Amino acid sequence: MLNRRTLLQATAALPVALAGTGALAQGAPIRIACAGPLTGSNAAAGDQMKTGATQAVADLNAAGGVLGRKVELALGDDACDPRQAVSVANQMAGQKVVFVAGHYCSGSSIPASKVYAEEGVLQISPASTNPKFTDEGSWNTFRVCGRDDQQGQVAGKYIAENFKGRKVAILHDNQAYGKGLAEETRKSLNAAGQKEVLFTAYNPGERDYNALVSRMKEAGVEVIYVGGYYTEAGLILRQAKEQGMNVTLIGGDALVTKDFWQITGAAGEGALMTFSSDPRNRPAAAKVVQSFKAKNIDPEGYVLYTYAAVQIWAAAAEKIKSTDPKKIAAELKSGGPWQTVLGPISFDRKGDVTVPDYVFYVWKNGNYSEVKA
Amino acid sequence: MAYALQQLINGISLGMIYGLIAVGYTMVYGIIGMINFAHGDIFMIGAFVSLITVLLLQAGGLMAGPAAILLVLLVSMAITALYGWSVERVAYRPLRGSFRLAPLISAIGISIVLQNYVQVSQGARPKPMETLIPGGIEVMRDGAFVVQFSYSQMLIIALTLGVLAVFTVLVTRTPLGRAMRACEQDRKMASLLGIDTDRTISLTFVIGAALAAVAGTMYLLRYGVIDFYIGFLAGVKAFTAAVLGGIGSLPGAVLGGLLIGLIETFWSAYFSVQYKDVAAFSILAITLIFLPTGLLGRQEVEKV
Repeated sequence: MLNRRTLLQATAALPVALAGTGALAQGAPIRIACAGPLTGSNAAAGDQMKTGATQAVADLNAAGGVLGRKVELALGDDACDPRQAVSVANQMAGQKVVFVAGHYCSGSSIPASKVYAEEGVLQISPASTNPKFTDEGSWNTFRVCGRDDQQGQVAGKYIAENFKGRKVAILHDNQAYGKGLAEETRKSLNAAGQKEVLFTAYNPGERDYNALVSRMKEAGVEVIYVGGYYTEAGLILRQAKEQGMNVTLIGGDALVTKDFWQITGAAGEGALMTFSSDPRNRPAAAKVVQSFKAKNIDPEGYVLYTYAAVQIWAAAAEKIKSTDPKKIAAELKSGGPWQTVLGPISFDRKGDVTVPDYVFYVWKNGNYSEVKA
Repeated sequence: MAYALQQLINGISLGMIYGLIAVGYTMVYGIIGMINFAHGDIFMIGAFVSLITVLLLQAGGLMAGPAAILLVLLVSMAITALYGWSVERVAYRPLRGSFRLAPLISAIGISIVLQNYVQVSQGARPKPMETLIPGGIEVMRDGAFVVQFSYSQMLIIALTLGVLAVFTVLVTRTPLGRAMRACEQDRKMASLLGIDTDRTISLTFVIGAALAAVAGTMYLLRYGVIDFYIGFLAGVKAFTAAVLGGIGSLPGAVLGGLLIGLIETFWSAYFSVQYKDVAAFSILAITLIFLPTGLLGRQEVEKV
């Protein structure tokens, strides 16, 4: 989801071969992989990816495999460390993997994708939202999640519709994620005919944003859009309320963490943020969600995204009757829409999903929930 | 007018925190001529001790009223002073009499040790705390613009002034203060006259750490979010303040802190928010060109 740096994890990648179940398939098994942070501070997300990929492979094999061959899943652990991601990528290529569902952090996905491109491996990320992943990517990069700039478009449009004529300030932290988000938001807000009263960067890592807050108070700002992480966004909101401002804060998916509320306390009431709509509630996912629930697993977060990545690869391979990654990549872009647990998905020529899937969430009483349109 | 007043309040309360930390830099420099680069991290330790004390008091249901805040402050000062004393004892005293750069390098090492120690023991994620001193007063109203002066800002300003008053008396009126000034002027002579210089230097570190703990507690109460890295930025700003005011001069440290706080705030208020540090450091550079010893610094006299 986010481009987070984590500590270097000494843990080596552990490729684990999973025995397929179900129907006997002909020929040698097809090897695919799931790579993500199985250890480290983002391990929760890595675990979700593993759950999704494991289930998807089991379901494929139960239905007779792909092209009549069994599918074997290898797991790679990058701990969200770019260097480890590269070594995992090399390892996967060495094991003759044809497709990787991963990685999680954009910082890992981007360097790994270069290795995969050279070695002829197809990559579909369930979670990396940094635009660079597909912008700089080669023939092999795809993602089933949105992009940070799509997030900004959705936010700008929302502000223009719901806060028409109000005074808007757009702030960012001058970093890849935040600045991109803020600029896209401004673009789409301006395109809708609304001009912001203030567009400025703040210095991340500081704690005192009172000068900036007073400046917004002087400008009569009613809506603050923050392209940045939750600590600074929370502090700005807290200090704004403390100075007696009556504002609505809007942010990106970086705010989707309970830590945000801990910083803001009651000041966070009503803060809005963009995040993917919950795939568990989509009709296409009903059957798979049922089977997860039967196993006592809640398919939250990236479980279904990873499941969908595997599904898409399998569907394209079946369609062109080949496992050649380059041919599949070409088919993914021209063919489709692909039926997945997330609903139908089509890719543009960069490998991004054509319909961005961002909705608004609102903070209320320490919890966030989807804003019903 | 109202806007400028609001920014003045913001700037002074920020500057006071810088000033409190800067005093610790300036004292140590005054007495042993060394920049204690670990001082920013001592400030961070102070903030963490306060947070832990607050959480313990809350768990015991005792976190209420000004008495509790005073208790937090005292606990933090005591424990942080212990850290200051240990750092001096472990990292600086064995190097006294060694070449000039040795304690400086050791200070940088201690700074890294303290940061990593807190990172490992407390975790790397920012630690939030809810507002303990909510609310404030409305100073004036200009159309829709309301100038707010929050209670936490008042507390910072009052406490800083109070602590500095006590401290000035300590340095100018007590035997310890006399010993400190004597060590500052000529350490060898002071020891010949029967002053325990090691003890005096230790006490200087203890006092500096206690002041950093006050700053750490204020920081926690005012901003409510701390992490293991806050000491770096605050330390750099406070060090700048100490140099701007004239390193070695106590009133200079406070004046420097206030100036840095005000320059940052007013630059953000009227020019660009992202270049406020550039503004503060440019003014430092310009000042040092014309006043190499800072605003209130004394000329070093080379004794022959």
